[in-house]
Amino acid sequence: MAQSAEHVLDHFELFRGPEYQQMLANKKKMFENPRDPAEVERVREWSKTAEYREKNFAREALTVNPAKACQPLGAVFASVGFEGTLPFVHGSQGCVAYYRSHLSRHFKEPSSCVSSSMTEDAAVFGGLNNMIDGLANSYNMYKPKMIAVSTTCMAEVIGDDLNAFIKTSKEKGSVPADFDVPFAHTPAFVGSHVTGYDNALKGILEHFWDGKAGTASKLERAPNKKINLIGGFDGYTVGNIREIKRIFELMGIQNTVLADNSDVFDTPTDGEFRMYDGGTTLEDAANAVHAKATISMQQWCTEKTLPFIADHGQEVVAFNYPVGVSATDEFLMALSRISGKDIPEELARERGRLVDAMADSSAHIHGKKFAIYGDPDLCYGLAAFLLEVGAEPIHVLATNGNKAWEEKMQALFGSSPFGQNCHAYPGRDLWHMRSLLFTEPVDFLIGNTYGKYLERDTGTPLIRIGFPIFDRHHHHRSPLWGYQGGMNVLVKILDKIFDEIDKKTNIAGKTDYSFDIIR
Amino acid sequence: MSLATSQGIAEIKARNKELIQEVLKVYPEKTAKRRAKHLNVHEIGKSDCGVKSNLKSIPGVMTIRGCAYAGSKGVVWGPIKDMIHISHGPVGCGQYSWGSRRNYYVGTTGIDSFVTLQFTSDFQEKDIVFGGDKKLVKIIDEIQELFPLNNGITIQSECPIGLIGDDIEAVSRAKSKEYEGKTIVPVRCEGFRGVSQSLGHHIANDAVRDWVFDKVTPESKPTFEPTPYDVAIIGDYNIGGDAWSSRILLEEMGLRVIAQWSGDGSLAELEATPKAKLNVLHCYRSMNYISRHMEEKFGIPWCEYNFFGPSKIVESLRKIAGYFDDKIKEGAERVIEKYQPLVDAVIAKYRPRLEGKSVMLFVGGLRPRHVIGAYEDLGMEVVGTGYEFGHNDDYQRTAQHYVKDGTLIYDDVTGYEFERFVEKIQPDLVGSGIKEKYVFQKMGVPFRQMHSWDYSGPYHGYDGFAVFARDMDMAINSPIWKKTKAPWKNVSKPKLMAAE
Repeated sequence: MAQSAEHVLDHFELFRGPEYQQMLANKKKMFENPRDPAEVERVREWSKTAEYREKNFAREALTVNPAKACQPLGAVFASVGFEGTLPFVHGSQGCVAYYRSHLSRHFKEPSSCVSSSMTEDAAVFGGLNNMIDGLANSYNMYKPKMIAVSTTCMAEVIGDDLNAFIKTSKEKGSVPADFDVPFAHTPAFVGSHVTGYDNALKGILEHFWDGKAGTASKLERAPNKKINLIGGFDGYTVGNIREIKRIFELMGIQNTVLADNSDVFDTPTDGEFRMYDGGTTLEDAANAVHAKATISMQQWCTEKTLPFIADHGQEVVAFNYPVGVSATDEFLMALSRISGKDIPEELARERGRLVDAMADSSAHIHGKKFAIYGDPDLCYGLAAFLLEVGAEPIHVLATNGNKAWEEKMQALFGSSPFGQNCHAYPGRDLWHMRSLLFTEPVDFLIGNTYGKYLERDTGTPLIRIGFPIFDRHHHHRSPLWGYQGGMNVLVKILDKIFDEIDKKTNIAGKTDYSFDIIR
Repeated sequence: MSLATSQGIAEIKARNKELIQEVLKVYPEKTAKRRAKHLNVHEIGKSDCGVKSNLKSIPGVMTIRGCAYAGSKGVVWGPIKDMIHISHGPVGCGQYSWGSRRNYYVGTTGIDSFVTLQFTSDFQEKDIVFGGDKKLVKIIDEIQELFPLNNGITIQSECPIGLIGDDIEAVSRAKSKEYEGKTIVPVRCEGFRGVSQSLGHHIANDAVRDWVFDKVTPESKPTFEPTPYDVAIIGDYNIGGDAWSSRILLEEMGLRVIAQWSGDGSLAELEATPKAKLNVLHCYRSMNYISRHMEEKFGIPWCEYNFFGPSKIVESLRKIAGYFDDKIKEGAERVIEKYQPLVDAVIAKYRPRLEGKSVMLFVGGLRPRHVIGAYEDLGMEVVGTGYEFGHNDDYQRTAQHYVKDGTLIYDDVTGYEFERFVEKIQPDLVGSGIKEKYVFQKMGVPFRQMHSWDYSGPYHGYDGFAVFARDMDMAINSPIWKKTKAPWKNVSKPKLMAAE
């Protein structure tokens, strides 16, 4: 028995002890009907081959380890970006348990959301009663300023009509007639979480701008000087949105951040649980129609929202998750052009510092090969940054990327001498990525926590950037956008590069002639 | 300070009753009436906790519950390591349940073991319109080609499957035949079925019965030589290695564990289980169904056990040994004796730090009662408890063997109720899940995840008790809780309602 009170062993060490190792070996040999180890090894080696890759890429029906989630998650993420807003998901309750867990595990924060808890009877008769009772309960218990409704696949398959249901609920007195209940249909079998973000955000703006589902008159646009900013679905929303607000302040631009969930996913521990914190005020959400322009930081998160806004007479501009010097330059110049304000010297100095850092370190990144996966915009932003530092983003994969994304990625590769051997893979999953990493190895992999399985299997060091990050803490608090954000990304990449060099050179008496103090 | 010593039992009961009335005030009348049935104060001597359970959650409240899919794929089937479990339907369910339950296993992942992979049919709109059976056929073929060492496949239905009327049973039968009798199990665990995860457990158990056991004839010889001491561990999911720290004790007392369900389990072990002489059942809620079935059909007795904390471990080892001869009974005493010095050392070290601390629990279908003994071994007191998806028989077991007079009971607690209860009672620790964790920590209340042990563990068995004790000490006595209030904000909250 290795366990002791003075040195408590948990699973890391406990099961490596001889008693447990013997027990597990017996279990396997006698009861598990294990495969022949030679056969396991043969298949493992085969799974690394070009032949396997070909079969793997030929699959049409099976998805293994996808890098995407479903629509309602994005809807919940967008909804909590509004002041006092309770997301209400119409469908079976298990989904909401999953969204809340998923967001809590990434942000290490509470995630509040309710469900209409539909069961078999609702599947047969529709979920109207669940909506009527559910809205009344939510309104009374959680005193929200707004309830933002979205759907699950269940409600969509049976065809529940949110517009009619919410209207009926109001007639039955679930919530006051003038209480804001925007909605969006977000079937899980269409698109991904970024689509859900887009649909929910559009639903909320539509509610305020276009007459609150027929209960008020449409807003008359009276243009002002403000600029709206939309962050999109983003695991770094806390750091990123705050960074953009700082930039706005430095430039003296009046602005409205739409779906500003930076505070709700970063509340203090001070003895009080804040179910709602921060967020775009409902007044600002309505008045955003008068803004001069709307800037989206992520094109594929706002495919429907931006045209909707443009139809209301504003200029709209979309970026692709701007990381690094050029992407931030473009972002700031767009801000400057639209607002008529100069880019202040302070930002120019920050730019210079990022360029300085890149120049200092470029020798270590230059020519290194990377694989990237994640949401379409994030992939684009990271790939553009790698090209900028002379690295090669060889494989870029977005399970929720489409044809247009692929073309845009290929155009990006075509624009740089470092992009000549790079390929975009839309609609593929992380089991495809595994084949790519075995058959066309790269030096580093960039992606979310699930990439640790790829790192283990293929030996490709993982740099964690993406959503979700479950197994590292607090990354979301630092920005990736702006020159400061570019600095963070640069440091993340460099840290991994140096860790790898140290790991490869630390064998005493053998490789440690290169175990240098100075890098 | 302990509530029991600071207040009389009558006062506690009165306070708890008042608290229940207080939280009910927020609801519309109809909802208040329904919720009132789920909240109570335990009266000693009663046969159950006096609450209704296993009823539909109320729409629009923040229920902590999951769904039937979570019960089947997430809990029962998912940990079977050498089978591939297809999340059949849209991408979300499989994605959110991917690798999040810490069901430890040993195997070559992606080659002969598949627990931490996410297989999904990723339903698109056209699959909803035209049905997903054809896609499922193709998926099974593709699995056979790319993962040739899988020992079986299960199909875990998500909501749309039942709604659009796909015939996954027919697909399973046909493909099983095509692949020479391969075990392919359709599981009708659509999320809208039932009121919580609980029905998913039952459905999953029935699928084992119909699609695994019924394929194996009772006369068929096991692959091993049977002994009179063969037992199966049922209902341990091996969170952080729990089933391993349990198994080692059974083996040390002279029993032979021929199967582990379902943590680190394999299809061969499922198939072998009807050859056991006794099924020892840890999570009664999730696996009593299949244990009862084996009793009826194969005549295998089963007994519940509890390996949280030394008091319950001793009780359970003796209870299990009671089914066997003196050799095993002596074996149980030998195990108890062997570990006594560890127990003594753990209690000597941690009890002084934890004595008198109060705990409020809210977990799934077993731990709201099973862990109470472990807390008590450390001198702690559970002042409130409730189940996410317990049934009346769980509340009976709780009342008769676990909780004290005056304990606050809350079934399917809503986020609102739980927050108010904790705010007023101010326990020293809350034990619940990830969705609750940060709510209470923001309030300055120490917290441990009692579904997943917060990435620690094991908690079962003697080795696990040391980890449990260390973790509770770490949570409660972390210096960070003294820092939640800024020193310049000189507001002290009353600890107990009675002091108000």
